[in-house]
Amino acid sequence: MSYKQIRLWKDRWSANLFLWLCLFFIFIVVLIGVGLLIKSAPIWKEQSIVHLIFSKEWKPFQGKFGFLAYISGSLLVTFLAVIIGLPISLMSAVYISEYAPGRVRSILLPLIDLLSGIPPIVYGVWGVLTIVPLVGQVLAPRFGAVSSGYSALTGGIVLAVMIFPLLIRILLDVFEAVPAGLKDASLSLGANQWETVKHVLLKRSAPGIIAATILALSRALGETIAVLMVCGNIAVLPRSIFDSVYPLPALIANNYGDMLSIPQYDAALMLAAFILFVLIFLCNALSRMVLNRLERRDYA
Amino acid sequence: MSQQSSTIGSEVTWSAEGAAVNTADANAAGSAGAYPGASEPPHLSVRNLHVHVGGNHILKNINIDIPNKGITSFIGPSGCGKTTLLKTLNRLLDRQKGVVVKGAVLVDGVNIYDKEVEVTDMRKKMGLLSQRPFPLPMSIFDNIAYGPRIHGIKKKKQLEEIVEYYLRATHLWEEVKDRLNQSAAALSIGQQQRLCLARGLAVEPEIILGDEPTSALDPVSTQRIEELFLQLKDKYTLILVTHILRQARRLSDTIVFLYMGEIIEYGPAEDVLLHPREKLTQEYVKGFIS
Repeated sequence: MSYKQIRLWKDRWSANLFLWLCLFFIFIVVLIGVGLLIKSAPIWKEQSIVHLIFSKEWKPFQGKFGFLAYISGSLLVTFLAVIIGLPISLMSAVYISEYAPGRVRSILLPLIDLLSGIPPIVYGVWGVLTIVPLVGQVLAPRFGAVSSGYSALTGGIVLAVMIFPLLIRILLDVFEAVPAGLKDASLSLGANQWETVKHVLLKRSAPGIIAATILALSRALGETIAVLMVCGNIAVLPRSIFDSVYPLPALIANNYGDMLSIPQYDAALMLAAFILFVLIFLCNALSRMVLNRLERRDYA
Repeated sequence: MSQQSSTIGSEVTWSAEGAAVNTADANAAGSAGAYPGASEPPHLSVRNLHVHVGGNHILKNINIDIPNKGITSFIGPSGCGKTTLLKTLNRLLDRQKGVVVKGAVLVDGVNIYDKEVEVTDMRKKMGLLSQRPFPLPMSIFDNIAYGPRIHGIKKKKQLEEIVEYYLRATHLWEEVKDRLNQSAAALSIGQQQRLCLARGLAVEPEIILGDEPTSALDPVSTQRIEELFLQLKDKYTLILVTHILRQARRLSDTIVFLYMGEIIEYGPAEDVLLHPREKLTQEYVKGFIS
């Protein structure tokens, strides 16, 4: 083979190799989904899937596997995490991107990265030591509720802190993508910094902010160990944010491998994993749809 | 106005006295260092301006009075600092990282680099047209109404009048009157640039800064913008950065020639372009350096 042919060959095959590696990882994701579906077949073949999802009765010994309490627990904790985490992250990211002097920025960014490097178990311990008493002894009594402190709100707060670095990092990228010329245009009309942030930066970044939020949502939905430690893990429908909840990942982590002698328990846990899989998939699909919509509106 | 061509740089000229002015008596400088023969003090003058960006000395001892009204063009080879100079005039430059500005820019006699100066009021006096149009992420109507709204005009009727007036002033009204509520991003790039001009005019500035405002446009759009500049120059002070010598020739009343961060020569357009005094200017005008 001549040198020229070798170059040509390398060029062609590098592209092919990258394509196949890429397809391989997509294939793994599909494989996981299909695997969970097959493994959970014993339970959804016997009971209707609608019943499984919307029943709140969880009595494994009687063969009753209702996931509603777990699903609602997961959704509630995730929702609280985003409600608490998003505004704080948004404001912090605006500060770092638009206001912070270079020196402050160079101190803050490594600290935020450090935050994302802390293992979830440490967040869990921190939650048990500080947030659980805070909710149980301070917040709940203030709102006239009785709570052990192991509650949906506790999980939400801990998760909010955990998704904070992720949100900030994505939001900073989103803000970075807004051209300086656009901000200059607003400023040159005599708008001040805040007006420019409000009308130009945030508006222009809206699709990115939504995408970041949904990404954080999926991350929070899947978070296991920290949530497991602070949520109380009681499988009842929560009536307030001060009630204990039992999120799906905690259910799987607590029971998988332990109680597999009970008929269908194994399949039920696989179904829990599949529901989680679908929820996260739906989140991502939703974010894609929102983004496409916004991009088509041509404001970007 | 009997303007004369002046040489500024390391050599001593009439502006040397201006160069002695520091920021403390900025007000005095506004009138004392007036453009030679000018009947009124200039809206805009620059005194002893040095700019460093990331350790590089980009602008060196700039002293200049911009004549009121008419079109002043900054010309020079790329990298000579003309855009940097323009951006120091409304303090957009020092928003960037690693920029150090020393010296004074006097707008109506007030040094805008003084700590006490309210930057937004100063910026309102100066419209900006950038190299490529940046319509704000909102409708055509809101793009124009943005400035007036910020400065306190809330009545819908009044805003409608303002929007129509400035869209007519930039000959855009007929083209967009039926789709005022559509996104400004849907306009052609030439229309967008005229929209940006209309948007700038709507806050009633005295000065319009143009940073190569036609460089992204097709020839027809360029021509329309140039026509607009010529119509506006009786009412506004226009300052343009251009790398197109022919454009500078077509439009300018005053030319400022920069080279390697220094003002080599400035004065009435025909003097600088037809009878340049400095060798560098001669070479640039003839096209030997670009």
